Amino acid sequence: MSAKPKLAFFSFASCEGCQLQVINCEDELVALLGAVEIVNFREAIDERRDDYDIAFVEGSITRPEDEHEVKEIRERAKILVAFGACATIGGINAIKNFQPQEKVSQYVYGDQAATFPSYPARPVHDLVKVDLKLHGCPISKSEFLEACKCLLAGKQFTVPNYPVCVTCKLAENVCLYQKGMTCLGVVTRAGCDPMCPTFGNKCIGCRGLIDHPNVNAAFDVLEDLGLTLEEVTKDFTMFDGCHKEITEKK
Amino acid sequence: MATTAKKSVNVNVRYVTRVEGHGNIVVNVKNGKLEKCELDIVEAPRFFESMLLGRRWDEASLITSRICGICAVGHASASVLATEDAMGIKVSEQTERLRRLNVYGETIQSHVLHVYFLAAPDLLGVGSVVPLVQTHPDVVKRALKLKKLANDMCGIISGRKVHPISMTPGGFTRIPTAAEILYIKERILDCVGDVVATVDLVAALAGKLPNFTRETEYEALYCPDEYALYRGTKLITTDGAECSNRDYKKIVKEKVVGHSSSKHVSNKRSSIMVGALARFNNNWKQLHPKALEAAAKLGLKAPCTNTFYNNVAQVVETVHSAYKALEVCDELLAAGLKDETPEVQVKAGRGVGLTEVPRGLLVHDYTYDDRGVITDANLIIPTGQNLANIEDDFRKFVPEVLDRSQEEITLGLEMLVRAYDPCISCSVHMLDVKFVG
Repeated sequence: MSAKPKLAFFSFASCEGCQLQVINCEDELVALLGAVEIVNFREAIDERRDDYDIAFVEGSITRPEDEHEVKEIRERAKILVAFGACATIGGINAIKNFQPQEKVSQYVYGDQAATFPSYPARPVHDLVKVDLKLHGCPISKSEFLEACKCLLAGKQFTVPNYPVCVTCKLAENVCLYQKGMTCLGVVTRAGCDPMCPTFGNKCIGCRGLIDHPNVNAAFDVLEDLGLTLEEVTKDFTMFDGCHKEITEKK
Repeated sequence: MATTAKKSVNVNVRYVTRVEGHGNIVVNVKNGKLEKCELDIVEAPRFFESMLLGRRWDEASLITSRICGICAVGHASASVLATEDAMGIKVSEQTERLRRLNVYGETIQSHVLHVYFLAAPDLLGVGSVVPLVQTHPDVVKRALKLKKLANDMCGIISGRKVHPISMTPGGFTRIPTAAEILYIKERILDCVGDVVATVDLVAALAGKLPNFTRETEYEALYCPDEYALYRGTKLITTDGAECSNRDYKKIVKEKVVGHSSSKHVSNKRSSIMVGALARFNNNWKQLHPKALEAAAKLGLKAPCTNTFYNNVAQVVETVHSAYKALEVCDELLAAGLKDETPEVQVKAGRGVGLTEVPRGLLVHDYTYDDRGVITDANLIIPTGQNLANIEDDFRKFVPEVLDRSQEEITLGLEMLVRAYDPCISCSVHMLDVKFVG
């Protein structure tokens, strides 16, 4: 890698909120700009070069032309980072995967549907090799900065492989099940400083499942609380619709 | 104009930079005659209206805030307002104040981001904020300080600015503490000098904004109690049109155009404009006195028909939001922060939520069944409403600058698009929807 690594940011179907999270690193942005050279970041700069070392890719792939573009990015980048739930697990875009695309398009575009083709949302790793996934909707700023440090130092960055529940206990939050709510923190990958439960709302699973979740035990807990399996799987469909193991369980 | 009579120009900008989302400018002039003038919206469509079908009332604001990273608080606001309207849910004064504070935070963060990071580089002759780190370190430092203040305001009130966590129909799932509100107040007070410096900076640069005017219909939400941002009671326009929130379609009329995955909007004229300048032109009398002072200093006077002055109106609204946020902090502290649990009685019905997000009027319109499940949804996003206006601006702007070089014309068109601070990934799912089956 060159002395000052060249970074590029790209987005596909997404809200560009993860790129905004990068710009939202107000305390670290100037230092980051000193350590790297950003050569492509349409949302913030005019410059557009293809000689990047590390590509950050936001968004899901939903169109044939996106496939071509993401493959080109893969070819050019030494390291490709999928960042944000849309890119790592399909995210919010995958909600539409549960209805036939024709019906989805028809509802939004009416008789113009054919003009704007789209297919069920796919995470980036479905199309190209991904070297690192930064999860979340949006990404965590601290995780992004930590990952950058590791990438620049040539060190391995590892994302947590334990559930949100672990960090929620450490944060001394009252368990939301005790309050009569549902929460996906039991099987969802940690790394978010349990923000949602800390702010009184349930974990909606935006960071996807940990690698080997004890799904059956999680279902048992939910069933003990009188929740139907359908109610539970529906919660998973908000962000993890591409995860067939979960969504086809019912 | 003899020199331009035979001129041919082909502007083809693939992916306009320093805007949110993917848009292309296509302008063709042949022998001095304007043949094509389009802002093509090429963003991947996301189908949010379809995604809402079958989802529960408590999921709507969590899903729709994901439409846009920049105006996530605005989407969450319009969403909870729509659900509350549908189910007849009343919220407390404290909830109203917290939501207003949150919207002031988002307005400051979005306007500061746009003015400093996306628009100012054009006026300083650079391609981004990056070179300014070296040449204008104090300016960059100030921009980051203001942005951080605004993000922290939203973070304290709703967990995150991108994407709010605790805003829910009926109120908040977590109430900030008095100490946190006091902290916000102190942080705003610490930034007052930076807000003033922002006005001075833009006042010094405003002379570089192109002198381009085109009269159009300016549309904004109106609230009798205040300069409408978080909510209002009716829609008004500078052409004298008005309608109730629920009848928004009387003014916001949509039509399909082939080159855009976002429908165009107009009322009686061929286009309509929303955003900071539209709000200023309609409601300027309700601005905070300090914001009116700033407007005078910046040379912004209603009615202003120079689109580029949308940037200036954003600065005026930044001043307004900072001072109003201080007032709301004082009100919250005087009343004391009370722990409240959102009360929701699920019932069937249609509800409309209108909010002024940084880029203009946002419409969320949901229909619920008796289980609180969405059966119909319509979302109209500010940038979608501005698209026809942008192209009408192009049509007037290009002939006026035809004597300039192709590079200058291209830069002028890019600046014109940027002046709207468009949010393209939002706009691609603003289409009118019809429920089938």
